[in-house]
Amino acid sequence: MWTWFFQLASPKWVYQFADKLLPWFKAVTAILFAIGLVYGLLISPMDYQQGNTVRIMYVHVPAAYLSMFVYVLMAISGGIGFIWRIKMAHIVSVSCAPIGAIVTMLALFTGGIWGLPTWGTFWQWDARMTSYLILFFLYLGFMALHSAFDDRKTADRASAILALVGLVNIPIIHFSVEWWNSLHQGATISKFEKPSIDIDMLKALLTMIVAFQFYFFTVLLQRVKAEILQREKLSNWVRKLAIES
Amino acid sequence: MYFNSFEEFIHMGGHGFYVWLCYALVSFALVGYFLYSKSLTNASKKELLNFYRRMDARKTNASELDAANINPTETVEK
Repeated sequence: MWTWFFQLASPKWVYQFADKLLPWFKAVTAILFAIGLVYGLLISPMDYQQGNTVRIMYVHVPAAYLSMFVYVLMAISGGIGFIWRIKMAHIVSVSCAPIGAIVTMLALFTGGIWGLPTWGTFWQWDARMTSYLILFFLYLGFMALHSAFDDRKTADRASAILALVGLVNIPIIHFSVEWWNSLHQGATISKFEKPSIDIDMLKALLTMIVAFQFYFFTVLLQRVKAEILQREKLSNWVRKLAIES
Repeated sequence: MYFNSFEEFIHMGGHGFYVWLCYALVSFALVGYFLYSKSLTNASKKELLNFYRRMDARKTNASELDAANINPTETVEK
């Protein structure tokens, strides 16, 4: 029963498993985006205060949520690689970073563009936005630190530590709207209360959040495959694979 | 369907520029990165073939030198 768990540490097994999983992830991602976009752009109503700019929420919120999810995944897998010296964990961690950075940048830009007509400003140095910008810098720092080392093992370990140290930023971002006065609005979806958002809007939002998640796993698998090929280039199975292609 | 016509859909109640700019940015980034990461595996395989070719060439040189009993460092010192 536990074999599959140990197989996760084998780059060869993960490569072959990724190959099998990818078509399914791509299909589900496409379907979810189609449904989410139809719901978000065509079916859901406009906001009584914001008008149609509320439709930006259906890309801004999923991107922001995904960026934090990816950061946590990056930090945890980096930590696992650091503590138990599992190279597959480092491969996952390093592959998460570029996607996370892009999605963070998207959330920053879409949030700013949403802010222009709605709240009158592209940016404000309040708690939520500043801590989120720091998250973006952490992603860039992770990638820069990793590429600064010649020895890959040291690079992996150093950037894992950076990711773990930056993990404290995630609860700060999440609770910043509660702890400080912020231009950014508070949470509309809670685990314990009925959501204050319209049901059609909620359906679109949740679909888009899941769509972004599946998109992330698709792109992560592709990235991990490429990273595995690079790192395992001295092994026979990679050689066979490269020659056969 | 929330909108009554295609023009209304594009216009988005006056906020069309902001909404479509955001969706264009997001589509561009997500689709672009998906295609890029897909191409990474193929690029890796090409790079690997070159790497194996160079590695094999180095091994062949080394074995030829051994067979001819030539040690490069000794020749240089003399």
